[in-house]
Amino acid sequence: MTLLLAAFDPPYWVSTLIKVLVISIVVPTTALILGMVFLFKVMSWMQSRLGPQEAGPRGTLQLLADGVKFLQKEDIAPFGADRFIFRTAPLVVLMSTLLLYVALPASAHLVVSDLDVGVFYVLAVSSLSVLGVLMAGWASANKYSLMGGLRAAGQLIAYELPMVLAVLGVVIQAGTLSLNGIVFAQANGSIFGWDAIGNPYILTQFVGFFIFLAAVQAELTQPPFDMPVAESEIVSGYQVEYTGFRFLIFFLAEFATAFVFAGIASVLFLGGWAVPWLDTASDWYYVLGPVVLFAKVMIVSFIIFWVRFTYPRFREDQLQSFAWKILIPLALANIVVTSVLKVVL
Amino acid sequence: MSEYSEFVRQYLTVAIFAAVGIGLGAGLLGLGRIFRPVRPQEQKYLVYESGVDPVGTGWSQSQIRYYIYALLFVMFDVEAVFLFPWATRLEAYSTFGLIEMLIFVVILALGLLYAWRKKVLRWV
Repeated sequence: MTLLLAAFDPPYWVSTLIKVLVISIVVPTTALILGMVFLFKVMSWMQSRLGPQEAGPRGTLQLLADGVKFLQKEDIAPFGADRFIFRTAPLVVLMSTLLLYVALPASAHLVVSDLDVGVFYVLAVSSLSVLGVLMAGWASANKYSLMGGLRAAGQLIAYELPMVLAVLGVVIQAGTLSLNGIVFAQANGSIFGWDAIGNPYILTQFVGFFIFLAAVQAELTQPPFDMPVAESEIVSGYQVEYTGFRFLIFFLAEFATAFVFAGIASVLFLGGWAVPWLDTASDWYYVLGPVVLFAKVMIVSFIIFWVRFTYPRFREDQLQSFAWKILIPLALANIVVTSVLKVVL
Repeated sequence: MSEYSEFVRQYLTVAIFAAVGIGLGAGLLGLGRIFRPVRPQEQKYLVYESGVDPVGTGWSQSQIRYYIYALLFVMFDVEAVFLFPWATRLEAYSTFGLIEMLIFVVILALGLLYAWRKKVLRWV
């Protein structure tokens, strides 16, 4: 079976069509999995309550039921709203999410487009979502929305930098911008000459991993960085005026983005689809790769959601000073130390 | 197939997926049109303002406290763009490249320190 997959080499348009179908299914599914497992089940365990019980076995189909419900809700755009911008804003956010999936490798060949500048591409398209958020905040013609949109913009630019600088440490170690290249570099690497398990960069770039996760948390506007959608201050910020399925698209995009960011964190720091002791050229990775990546993604998402359910919200000024006075200097120091060690050793 | 068209195809795929992203959302919304009701009522289209009738326009002037951060962001983001090509070739540049880039990073860190001391990073 694995050999069969290895021999499968269709023309460009066929493979693109297959990829489009697969990604169109994968994106909502990942959002459902994260929503169901973490938002409903893990959150209710952590808060000593039951969570959804009724829809499907043990409440597992609750989100599908919610989706059907949202599909039946009236689509309302308020008076005075900039209707075209208002309507396209959720689509821009969803597009940014989908573009992130394009670069995520599930094994050496199971990737939509194996870009040479994968890391750079990922960082670039991830900041497209802020455009959608600003559009939503501005076009709603609502004061809360406008405040939420501005807060989101201020937050996303503040945390874009620590993220970019944290990833630089990995790029210095791997010497490549390709996400698959980084996986290979980790599988074949060594930590100060010790190469029993390769070099998952979480061991040498643990500072980078911490900064990256903190920045991901802020980019997803999840607690403790959820001021743009703080329900007790600005009643969900830029999402106030959205109803029905348009609101659901924001939700879908947030969780799908959480999944793909966890995937990128696993590729950059946990060795991606590779496991130690199995050669990266092995055909087994056609089946094993996605499974391994999925397991790592669930571990990273668990950390992300654990923090989300545990910590109280920052204040807006604390958020900015945390980024500018702690994370960015730390990331710069990390780059300096990494590059010096790379050249000296 | 030449290396060049390989490169173009990678980004053609990206463009296709951008279109798919829009199309997927638009398709789902179009599907919803079959199921959802349309019952226009005057009150439904008021913006939400804590339950009372909205005062003035939604696009009122407000103080943007982040524009200084935005200026700083531009500076550091350009720095990051310069750092990426250097980071991939560090092995080849070795000590020379390391010292060159350390000077660059230190100057920018001094810029951040200056902004900090000038109390730009304070919440006003």
